Amino acid sequence: MPREKMQIMVCGGTNCSGTHGDSVIDNLKLEIEANALENDIRVLRTGCFGLCNLGPIVKIMPGETIYTKVTPDDAKEIVSEHIMKGRKVERLLYRDPSSKKPETTESELSSHKKQLRIVLRNCGIIDPENIEDAIAHDGYQALSKVLTEMQPLDVIKVIKDSGQRGRGGAGFPTGLKWEIAYKNMADQKYVVCNADEGDPGAFMDRSVLEGDPHSVLEAMAICGYSIGASEGLIYVRAEYPLAVHRLKIAIGQAREYGLLGKNILGTEFNFDISLRYGAGAFVCGEETALIHSMEGLRGEPTIKPPFPAESGYLGKPTNVNNVETFAGIPAIILKGAKWYSSIGTEKSKGTKVFALAGKINNVGLIEVPMGITLREIIYEIGGGIRHGKKFKAVQTGGPSGGCLTEKHLDIPIDFDNLIAAGSMMGSGGMIVMDEDNCMVSVAKYFLGFTVEESCGKCAPCRIGNKRLHELLGQISEGKAKPEDLERLRNMSQVIKDTALCGLGQTSPNPVLSTLDNFMDEYVAHVHDQKCPAGECKSLMRYIINKDNCIGCTACARACPVNAISGERKEVHFIDQSICIKCGTCKEKCKFDAIFIE
Amino acid sequence: MSSIKIELRKEDVDFIKGVCDSFKNDPQELINVLHTCQEHFGYLPAEVQEVISDNLNVPVAKVYGVVTFYSFFTMTPKGQHPISICLGTACYVRGAEKVLEEFKKELGLQVGQVTTDGKFSLSSLRCVGACGLAPVVMVGEKTYGRVAPDDVRNILKEYE
Repeated sequence: MPREKMQIMVCGGTNCSGTHGDSVIDNLKLEIEANALENDIRVLRTGCFGLCNLGPIVKIMPGETIYTKVTPDDAKEIVSEHIMKGRKVERLLYRDPSSKKPETTESELSSHKKQLRIVLRNCGIIDPENIEDAIAHDGYQALSKVLTEMQPLDVIKVIKDSGQRGRGGAGFPTGLKWEIAYKNMADQKYVVCNADEGDPGAFMDRSVLEGDPHSVLEAMAICGYSIGASEGLIYVRAEYPLAVHRLKIAIGQAREYGLLGKNILGTEFNFDISLRYGAGAFVCGEETALIHSMEGLRGEPTIKPPFPAESGYLGKPTNVNNVETFAGIPAIILKGAKWYSSIGTEKSKGTKVFALAGKINNVGLIEVPMGITLREIIYEIGGGIRHGKKFKAVQTGGPSGGCLTEKHLDIPIDFDNLIAAGSMMGSGGMIVMDEDNCMVSVAKYFLGFTVEESCGKCAPCRIGNKRLHELLGQISEGKAKPEDLERLRNMSQVIKDTALCGLGQTSPNPVLSTLDNFMDEYVAHVHDQKCPAGECKSLMRYIINKDNCIGCTACARACPVNAISGERKEVHFIDQSICIKCGTCKEKCKFDAIFIE
Repeated sequence: MSSIKIELRKEDVDFIKGVCDSFKNDPQELINVLHTCQEHFGYLPAEVQEVISDNLNVPVAKVYGVVTFYSFFTMTPKGQHPISICLGTACYVRGAEKVLEEFKKELGLQVGQVTTDGKFSLSSLRCVGACGLAPVVMVGEKTYGRVAPDDVRNILKEYE
């Protein structure tokens, strides 16, 4: 395997590629060639390191030195200093915002200390476009063990004993799902990987596919062997071109190496994988809708039962698991059920990947043991709230979840505790909000999303969510009546109870949880026509501070609707009935005399 | 269906037939066929859907039903430089809506419209997964990260 003395790893995830990461790679390669080092130094384009806020990231092995925010121009210095003279480029090292001390290696990073990487074990370490790299890091070893030493039921038992629950959102035990699919006899069965990551703000599945696609292929083959399927399908978002590209390469290489196709590893077992593309429909994350979409139909859900394990793709028993669920399987097979179940809480075993984003210092992908607290995630791993603002809430579970607040900071995070707190695990998006975010607007944002994504099949979701969204709109414009808050809650409850699929049943969650946790904000909008966070535009008022205004007329001249009156050298006045809240006056004022109420 | 009427050339029809053939004219491959055609034509006008319907032996109403169901498919052509503003949650809480407003103002467009010269089109999308760069704007294949409303004019200038 790698014979080179040193390796320079550059993150090739979407976040880093989006900030000139690819040019960094090109320039590093040019510098290496210019110094005739290409036999000793290998430049790799890896998957995501999880430090998405600090990209592009460059890691140098051995030594694990991490350079952050590297520009293409820095390539020269990295090669001439670090590679040739062994001196670290100090200015590119990450500095902890509080201690200001440089943190040189990956394991030294404060954001990495609480993490435990099982699913992301190879992300940022291997070249995802090179199967030999994957094999050198235990890739396909679990498959080989399963095919040569284990019977299908043994595999299912290991997965059941490990206690792993599906990472797609609902948390159904993986082993049990496999067992049901195993027991349903049919001439053909299917293994489906759900890679239609629809939760806006979650990007863990994409990072796994981009950083370590082979672990997913391997796990699908293991699943195929266990349930008796010879065909696998990956339903992947078309919006993830890099993930699709790397999956295609990985499938091609696996076939070439005899790890997919007929007589895998010289055994009787046949298994092959093909890709199906999603086309931007959130509801397709629901298994039955996903299966319809794979059949070339509109992605509308159907009532369960029958479950896909009985009658799924083309009416055959089908086992659907999420990317993150699959990516953990090879590790469980190799290290054993006991090892996996020793991590986590009583009912939620193992680790969970979260996409930490929003108003937080260290945006990125983290993998932590179940049972960790929100406080540890936000303040120790996430580095706290941006610009020293006050923490307000964190949304977990995306549009189907709810918000957690100050009082939830110390509960151990697992599937059941999050539901008890009025939210849910979901796929693992964690959006942090600060004092400037208005919770009514946030609820309205999520409902706007659901309205757009509702497939329209059942009335509670199609009509009910639309009405909820309208009511929230009226509240944010200060036009709602006090009794509307009760209507909001009642209607949410009815939708929850009567909608057909998971999308509709969970869509009112953001409303209910903001009502529970931020009732005072709703009341302020309805009774006082005020938005405490200052986000709702129609409730904003631009006011002139008498003490600061010198009557320069700059604001009055700039106002596009002539809402400002006042004589030269006298205090000016804004007519609220004309003002369109464009903010131009505030921008033009040189004396800080205009403020927002 | 759409108000735009186009005349398909023979080579266009042949292209669509070729795509359908490559998927063995299997109705289950409809979404893959639509992806390939949209990649080629930039959008999926009614005339293209009719040819697909003939080849896959699927009613044109069903093809239309699928095209309009999925937000990735569009029946209006995109501009030479399609602009997409991410309105995923991470971008939203970091002020993506204000960026969208600024684009609307600068271009005089609503979401889903194209400038009269066909240069720019404006759309919003839900999460490109680059949440570390929020708010994110894509112009064609190029990604702009941490965009503030003040940056909008400079971004547009790059394409003048």
